[in-house]
Amino acid sequence: MGPEIMGPAMKHDGGTLATLAGHFALMSLFAMGGANSAVPEMHRLAVEVEHWMSDRQFTDIFAIAQVTPGPNVIVVTLIGYHVAGLLGALVTTLAMCGPTCVVAFYVGQIWERFKEAPWRAAIQSGLLPISIGLIAASAFVVASVATHNFAAVAVIAATAVVSYTTRLNPLWIFAAAALMGLAGLI
Amino acid sequence: MPETLSAPALSPPASSPPAPTLLEVFRAFALISLCGFGGVLAWSRRMLVEERKWMTPEEFNDAYALCQFLPGPNVVNLSVVFGRRIRGVIGAAVALTGLIGPPFVIVSLIGLAYARFGELAPLQRTLVGVAAAAAGLVMGTCAKMALPLLKDRFGVAPLIALATFASVGVLRWPLHWVLAVLVPLSIAVAWTRQTWVRKSWVRR
Repeated sequence: MGPEIMGPAMKHDGGTLATLAGHFALMSLFAMGGANSAVPEMHRLAVEVEHWMSDRQFTDIFAIAQVTPGPNVIVVTLIGYHVAGLLGALVTTLAMCGPTCVVAFYVGQIWERFKEAPWRAAIQSGLLPISIGLIAASAFVVASVATHNFAAVAVIAATAVVSYTTRLNPLWIFAAAALMGLAGLI
Repeated sequence: MPETLSAPALSPPASSPPAPTLLEVFRAFALISLCGFGGVLAWSRRMLVEERKWMTPEEFNDAYALCQFLPGPNVVNLSVVFGRRIRGVIGAAVALTGLIGPPFVIVSLIGLAYARFGELAPLQRTLVGVAAAAAGLVMGTCAKMALPLLKDRFGVAPLIALATFASVGVLRWPLHWVLAVLVPLSIAVAWTRQTWVRKSWVRR
């Protein structure tokens, strides 16, 4: 068994938990446009900076989170679990939700007052292209790990076209792709 | 701080149903969370506006606009904003727990299973397929979002999207440094354009 096959490292020491908390609390405040926008940053920290997991393990975790019921943010729970077990999952989830929830609570109180304020429209239209750029970056990061052969590229392209042009429930697409993978076609 | 503890009421019109209890709020958000594969937004709208009628479509759109504007996971923000309107701090905490609690339990069990069986060949092959589909789905969503941007005849917004994509996705620069530069820049561009449009409209 190489270091690749270690499963969760289960490091329960305070240092690892503090590192998880710090990274994800900061990320929480910079995830413009939702949790999927922060995927490149999650990959950069978990794989490139902290070496908590391999490229493939990161993609596995992202894939599992996509087919699990719940909001997209739940991917951070899996990352935390992989790094430091149940406690890691808890710390990471709270860190990712905490800061933004405090902001949402207080801004929610004053938001209605500024309904007609011109700066509100400027902020909203200014943030939109950034969210789109971040989601494109997420697609790029996951795709660059997932494209290991021609069949995988074909599945990615076909899924992109189907989800763009139809309103088919994504679960059907996931089921088809999972079966193709299981059958060894990808 | 008393003003955060006393819940500002939703100021419902006379015809709307009574404010939901905490248990009802918890159940609604747990259902939203567990039904929402991928797109939790559609479910939260259906639950809060159409089924429970706790919000009017306008209230929902306004709350959702706020949650997109705030950093962090959109639906998490939505649960806090909605919960606060119902019952202040406790309402926000209950809605958030309903949204995050059930998937947290499920995902922890999956994490345990992945740690034990993640390297098995059949599971690996399956996950390769799911990952490819997941990447494609994110691309499709991104294309849908980007389409209105490309119709922008001034052409600054697509450039900002491209710069964000290149610096975060390709060059892999730290997110907070990229956003510290691009967010103020993008808002300044939007603001300048907005005031310019308004002025030229007034002149006409």
